[in-house]
Amino acid sequence: MRPEALLLEAGAEPVVRFDGVAMRYGRAPETLSDIAFSLAPGSFHFITGPSGAGKSSLLKLIYLAHRPSRGSVELFGRDVSVVAERDMPMLRRRIGVIFQDVRLLEHLSVFDNAALPLRIANRKPAAYRGDVAELLAWVGLGERMHALPATLSGGEKQRLAIARAVVGRPDILLADEPTGNVDHPMALRILRLFVELNRLGTTVLIATHDEELMAHARRPVLRLEGGRLTEGGS
Amino acid sequence: MSLDPQRWKPGPLLPAADARDGALVFVVAVLCFLSVLAAIGALAAGRAAEGWSQALSGTATVLVRPRGDQTSDAAAAAAAEALAGVRGVTLARALAGAEATALLEPWLGKDALPPDLPVPRLVAVDLDRARPATADAMTQALRQAQVDASVDDHSLWLEDVQRAAGLARWAAVGVAALVALAAAAVTVLATRAALAARREVLEVLHLSGARPGMIAGLFERRFALMGAAAGLFGGGAAAMIALSARLAGGSGGISPVTPVAWADALAAVPAPLAAGLVAALAARLAALNLLRSMSGA
Repeated sequence: MRPEALLLEAGAEPVVRFDGVAMRYGRAPETLSDIAFSLAPGSFHFITGPSGAGKSSLLKLIYLAHRPSRGSVELFGRDVSVVAERDMPMLRRRIGVIFQDVRLLEHLSVFDNAALPLRIANRKPAAYRGDVAELLAWVGLGERMHALPATLSGGEKQRLAIARAVVGRPDILLADEPTGNVDHPMALRILRLFVELNRLGTTVLIATHDEELMAHARRPVLRLEGGRLTEGGS
Repeated sequence: MSLDPQRWKPGPLLPAADARDGALVFVVAVLCFLSVLAAIGALAAGRAAEGWSQALSGTATVLVRPRGDQTSDAAAAAAAEALAGVRGVTLARALAGAEATALLEPWLGKDALPPDLPVPRLVAVDLDRARPATADAMTQALRQAQVDASVDDHSLWLEDVQRAAGLARWAAVGVAALVALAAAAVTVLATRAALAARREVLEVLHLSGARPGMIAGLFERRFALMGAAAGLFGGGAAAMIALSARLAGGSGGISPVTPVAWADALAAVPAPLAAGLVAALAARLAALNLLRSMSGA
């Protein structure tokens, strides 16, 4: 059954809108089917479900690592299926992603990793050096700026990934199991960072199966089961 | 260790060269070495073929038969004189009787020839290599001088030798071209493999909003430099071998089949450029292909 479209917050144009979206890898059966929801600007949501439910696949559609096999995905009011390939990088720069496996560049220092999106956006180092240092201090890595990722703890890596994801002040922040490899106190500390970012205006969508974290945050939840959206709303 | 943000300089977006790059450089260097060596072989084969053709086409042999009471020596002298006046002949020399007899010795033995055996006399003719006299012109001149003789301009052999030489030359060129193609194909495969090993770097840059051209450019420059270095090592080693062969064997080379010249070492000059270009192109196409697959396209 096609789920009811979930317009989670009324008013402004949604940052993300899915309408009848399906996704498959190659010729495999659909990983996601008939997904319909919207995320309003400045909202904060969790997306949850059992392993293999399609949480990471749904995030991939939003951060433009995959295309839907049918249906329509709109980002910032633009249907991504008609966005020219040359415009995709600009769209990606408006999205901050924290990957489940963090994906830090091991040959670059903490500072270089955090500054990467600004460098890619061709910003002058002189214009952002101070901001990056401030951000790293904010996530508790002020004393590790010169370190290589291999020397960081799991929590430090996760916080560096967060710093990299938000340094370009994205319109939306996506996090895939951001607390999967850290202990509970660290998970709460990371959650506080997300809440703080959201307070500054960033739309946040976190994929997690950590019920405790969701209960603590008390934010609206989208629930996926077998590739279908079965619950949502605030 | 703490870092002063004001003194921070951006680090390289691609990791420094590692063992995988060393393997790529080695493989491409070996293939460049073989390509340049094959090219030098083709040059030497061409030169050898040219030499054989010129050696045969630059000479003719005239068989003289004395008339009536004419002596062999007189007939040979008359033939040489008549031939010397033909345009395209640079030298006509009547071989002495002993020289003609010596030519028969390999077949008949030294002591088997009776002293009164009428051995035909020969005139050795050197021809102008630029404009050699034709057999017809020489026959005509001999007829006018009333000398009974037949001219052998080696055309019977020359055609076969030239065909064989041409075949040897094209075979060498074909081998050189095949080795160069194989080198290019392996360079493409090795470049793709090396790039696939850095997929994660490429993916992070891509999803952070880097333009495909910028990412491809990074890999393109890296692999162009590696390809050029490999071409320099491989081509340089092949050139050293060519120069050593020339040094050891003199102008004849190490064997008559491969007369190597000093200039043949120049065949190595295009190797760094060609290897660099192939590697750069392969890296660019492979990077763009990978990026397309990362967009789910």
